[in-house]
Amino acid sequence: MNLTHDLSVWIAALLTLAVFSFLYKDNPLYKFAEHLFVGVSAGYYIVLNLWTVIYPNMWEPLTKSLRGEGVDAARHGMFAAELGDYRGWLLIPGLLGVLLFTRLFGRIGWMSRWSLALIIGVYAGIKTTGFAQGDFVAQVQGSLQPLWTGQAGSSLNAIIFTVGLMTSLLFFFYSREHKGALGAASKLGIYFLMVSFGAGYGYTVMSRVSLLIGRFQFLLQDWLGIRG
Amino acid sequence: MLRFFENLDRRWLFLLMGLLVLLPLLFPLALPLTVSPRVRNFHDAIAKIPDGSTVLMPCDYDPGGIPEMVPMTRTALKQLFDKNCKVVVICLWNGGPGLVDRVVRSVADENHKVDGVDWVNLGFKEGREAVMVVMGQGIANAFPRDYKGRDTRSLPIMKRVRDYSSFPLLVSISSGYPGTKEWVQQVQSRFHLPMVAGVTAVSAPEYYPYLQSGQLLGLLGGMAGAAEYEKIRDEKGTATRGMDAQSMAHVFVAICILLGNWVQWRKRKGGTA
Repeated sequence: MNLTHDLSVWIAALLTLAVFSFLYKDNPLYKFAEHLFVGVSAGYYIVLNLWTVIYPNMWEPLTKSLRGEGVDAARHGMFAAELGDYRGWLLIPGLLGVLLFTRLFGRIGWMSRWSLALIIGVYAGIKTTGFAQGDFVAQVQGSLQPLWTGQAGSSLNAIIFTVGLMTSLLFFFYSREHKGALGAASKLGIYFLMVSFGAGYGYTVMSRVSLLIGRFQFLLQDWLGIRG
Repeated sequence: MLRFFENLDRRWLFLLMGLLVLLPLLFPLALPLTVSPRVRNFHDAIAKIPDGSTVLMPCDYDPGGIPEMVPMTRTALKQLFDKNCKVVVICLWNGGPGLVDRVVRSVADENHKVDGVDWVNLGFKEGREAVMVVMGQGIANAFPRDYKGRDTRSLPIMKRVRDYSSFPLLVSISSGYPGTKEWVQQVQSRFHLPMVAGVTAVSAPEYYPYLQSGQLLGLLGGMAGAAEYEKIRDEKGTATRGMDAQSMAHVFVAICILLGNWVQWRKRKGGTA
């Protein structure tokens, strides 16, 4: 065993043990770690966004534009810009960003809706086209498989895939009562769904156990200096 | 027996789980590990890109993803550096840039790679899918400065990077949203950029359809995926060292599920449920 002399590792290790203590029962040590995490995270995110978003993407180009620096010698002045370097035009998104804070002042709070409308509109558009291209079209295309591939193993896979796909879809068809052939197919669809839920649960267990392993590896190796 | 299981304090289960994870870490069992085709394909996709190419590697995770994501990041970077590839790293998770920088820097230093020449960490940018779309117009448009605050356009590595067309492959290592799903939807589908992904186990089932449709060329799922990747690369990293504990914990959970069902079945049979 070779205990570390790094203070930051000691703090992290003691906080990890404080969080683990919740497994026995709720206690002040756990509460302390929890509150510390929330406070530090909030401060960290504000500083991070200030230096990675506000400063390089807004403050720096705006100060350049206010000084009259253009994008090159031929184009100068406050609104001289090019694709990706918008200079003075950033006043518009800057103003929209400021308007979001009007929610803090009751009477003029409605002005924040302009910015929200833009955000919602842009994201709805991006998400819709992304889903249509990445999920809808490509997945329908990927689902159209030949049932006989020339090899028994892959053909069986293709058949199971197609039966699973069709019966799972039929389970979500609610316009007719699930009786007769539709009832049998939807019941088979439930079994396919159950298998997928089971696989999902197994993967979830694996992920959560990985977190525990990661913390134990940190405590053993980084803190106590024990190599497995 | 039935009464014992019914009244068992769950803290005993926590203790047992803790011991089953701790002991294999102290005394490794070296349980066998087989490499799955999706992991092999991940490795092969990187192996097939031309030596010296520039690769985009979004590392979208935060400290919660360390046990699963860091081993994947390390191994993928080593494989890329072995091929003399240049690596452009970004992070769309606000909790991640410091962690990602530490990981990438350590691997780069081990491989004698120069910051700004052989690799660059462009850091974090808020905006999720919007950042991905803006990057399509120019990587430096979305990231005018890198993680260290240097002018991105002035870096030697960025002289050969314009937009997505500058990359032969996208290696996404992600813990959730925004991550692999969004890279597939916004970049792989629109810009037809070949892509492989390393994801957390909890989110892995979500990405199998992308694998089946060919939108992802390879997939690493959780610590097991990372350990298989390490095996292909003949490395013994933290993922491989954690797999014994992982297996023991899985066996324990399976036994708990069986016992729980047995107790419920007995109670129902006895008419007490």
